[in-house]
Amino acid sequence: MAQEPILEMHRIHKRFPGVVALKNVGIRLFPGEVHALMGQNGAGKSTLIKVLTGVEKPDGGDIRLAGKKIQPGSVLEAQDLGISTVYQEVNLCPNLSVAENIYIGRFPTRGPLIDWPLMQERARSALKALNLSVDVSLPLFSYPVAVQQMVAIARALSTEAQVLILDEPTSSLDEDEVGRLFEALRQLKSKGIAILFVTHFLDQTYAISDRITVLRNGEFEGEYMAADLPRLQLINKMVGREIDESAFGRQEGASNADSSGRRPFLATQRLGRAGAMQPIDLDVRCGEVLGLGGLLGSGRTETARMLFGIDPADTGSLSIEGVPVRVNTPHRAIQNGLAFCPEDRKTEGIVADLSIRENIILALQAKRGVFRFLSKKRQSAVAEDCIKQLGIKVADAESPISQLSGGNQQKAMLARWLATEPKMLILDEPTRGIDVAAKLEIMDLVKEQCRKGLAILFISSEMPEVLRVSDRIAVLRDRQKIGELAGNDADEQKVFRMIAGVDS
Amino acid sequence: MNFARFLNPRSLPLVITTSLFALLYGFGAVSYDAFLSPQVFVNLLIDNGFLVVVAVGMTFVIISGGIDLSVGSIVALTTMVSATLAQQHHWNFWQILPLVLAIGCLFGLFMGVLIQVFKLQAFIVTLGGMFLARGLCYVISIDSISITEPSFTVLAEYRIPLGEETFVSTSGVVAIALLAVGVYLAHYTRFGRTVYAIGGNERSAMLMGLPVAKTKIMVYVLSGFCSALGGVLVTLYMQSGYGLHALGMELDAIAAAVIGGTLLTGGVGYVVGTLVGVMILGVIQTLIVFDGSLSSWWTRIAIGGLLFVFCLLQRLLDRSGKKIRTKN
Repeated sequence: MAQEPILEMHRIHKRFPGVVALKNVGIRLFPGEVHALMGQNGAGKSTLIKVLTGVEKPDGGDIRLAGKKIQPGSVLEAQDLGISTVYQEVNLCPNLSVAENIYIGRFPTRGPLIDWPLMQERARSALKALNLSVDVSLPLFSYPVAVQQMVAIARALSTEAQVLILDEPTSSLDEDEVGRLFEALRQLKSKGIAILFVTHFLDQTYAISDRITVLRNGEFEGEYMAADLPRLQLINKMVGREIDESAFGRQEGASNADSSGRRPFLATQRLGRAGAMQPIDLDVRCGEVLGLGGLLGSGRTETARMLFGIDPADTGSLSIEGVPVRVNTPHRAIQNGLAFCPEDRKTEGIVADLSIRENIILALQAKRGVFRFLSKKRQSAVAEDCIKQLGIKVADAESPISQLSGGNQQKAMLARWLATEPKMLILDEPTRGIDVAAKLEIMDLVKEQCRKGLAILFISSEMPEVLRVSDRIAVLRDRQKIGELAGNDADEQKVFRMIAGVDS
Repeated sequence: MNFARFLNPRSLPLVITTSLFALLYGFGAVSYDAFLSPQVFVNLLIDNGFLVVVAVGMTFVIISGGIDLSVGSIVALTTMVSATLAQQHHWNFWQILPLVLAIGCLFGLFMGVLIQVFKLQAFIVTLGGMFLARGLCYVISIDSISITEPSFTVLAEYRIPLGEETFVSTSGVVAIALLAVGVYLAHYTRFGRTVYAIGGNERSAMLMGLPVAKTKIMVYVLSGFCSALGGVLVTLYMQSGYGLHALGMELDAIAAAVIGGTLLTGGVGYVVGTLVGVMILGVIQTLIVFDGSLSSWWTRIAIGGLLFVFCLLQRLLDRSGKKIRTKN
């Protein structure tokens, strides 16, 4: 396309105290194109988007929209200029109705009144354009995250945007919903809207993008046409070193040995919870990774929460090392040697304002109880030890954990639980929202811990990752366990055939 | 989805509150013949008009996720300023009205700016406002000042007939008018919906491009305005100014809002619910007066019990709401 770019960011600089977040970064968006912004965590993608949408002020460089220099000072200003954003986490108001969430700030009015019927009608048709039909008068919280995400997109589109920014909009959507979203994006493309798309998923990048800009360590790496940039090369450009994509492809069980003879650490018999999980039989063995495979909503997280006593089971029994126990609170679970890294790192994992040391020490101190306080010296020693062992990239264990990148935060979460010397580790989506290299590192750490004799329950929505680390895979569908596969003869096709109910 | 609509935590408390009011009123009607007189009903409004006005302002503050503890003191300050100006400086009502309303707004503006611009806790800032305004009353005078200014007494005694034996006072009319304005603001203006959005999720509201800072400050200005207007009604009702007027009214206003279905966590509530909340407080008071044998402090005991029940109810509704969420 020989057109002029509709939006151009040129030589953008942004410094935060102590860090240079963006150095000389530029990006060009063309009308009718989907432009993917790629890079590892900490590459500067988020900062670049914040600068573009007026959340952060750049320290240098300029932004041109249709040839005119602009300086959006707020989200509202950016919106008025025609730059709309959909963020990674749904940034809507759960207490307002669906219709309101789309139109708040730009209500249709009749005289001095908000025209509610007209607004709801418009909301219905806006959602219909995205192939979604829901009751728009209900509060947003009554819908699942995927619907909320579509509402956020409908809102972004309702502003007559020229430029639409999608910051990891697909991380909480299932495949079907992603397809629907892409359908909508193609429609928008044909209307000449420029779309900036940030994602961690390579497949999605290639499925929808025309052009790719790669950032690395806050610097501009390059701009490429998607068609001219093979996957492997893209990954190399992102991580800045040679990485074998096939490292992802083929699974290597943690132990590689037949683990059926090992003693089970935890076993459940018909363990279930009404409304959350059908009765399930699982056994997790020492020195073995049991993967939970299944699609979004199949009950993976529910199983983990049940085992850890967050949503305690109401039927069935659970035994640990052969002894029946009742795990009805996380505290009991911890006392029994369990540890759990929850799915939502930001809200259920890290305590953002505390230092890395304090975050790591949290579970250990909780396990010891209030009266056996760990001295600061011991704390530092434990933290330093974890940081070294897990290779957390950090200058100072005393800086707030929120300054770490997603991958390093996740490692700190692992460290928190490893410090309690658990016998079994439940990992719910430990690789979500972190970059490829960090994913591999986390998976290697998991395997390493497993070799030390830890029993591990590994949950991920990325099937290749489950296949890669697991010795055995329990396959879930619709909150039921439908079967088990040995890691070394499982592949994606087999798992999916199982889920689809096709006998192989 | 019908289930979710039925259990919609936003409107169910309102339904329950209204039913409770009807029940209490029905109980009174069965127990005492005179209870059925329309004047008894209208008196609920006359005797509590000032509380309605103050509580409407409070409702906006709570929906935005904040709290305003200064309202009772601003009411008292308003009565003091009005009484002093009327008695010692011989201003008439219409000269005093805009001045005290402006004072209320400025007070609210000051606290709103502290809360928004300096990111201070609303609780502490308005607690400071509460002490400040109450203290200022005693700077003006430590005694009660009775008002004999004709423009006040005329308004205070003015009665608008409703039918043969029923009449309503100025304060009743003002309360209803302000309530209407409150409903309009809350449900039919950008300002009102932004207040709800801020209460729902302030960060989201900001990322949605809503004028969060301006709206939050305006909420406290509105509350200050309502307090001052409530103070004017108290002045008319009591025909005096006194530093001890409206002691603890901020808590009555909060109680009325909560009983009316407003969540203290913000984002959820109805202005009309607050009216019902005030009327419930009023009807309990009336019942105790009709009974004649109970001390007036039983009103407090009843309100206390009701608050426990309503907070518990809100928590349960919140839980069932969450259950619906996870089920989806």
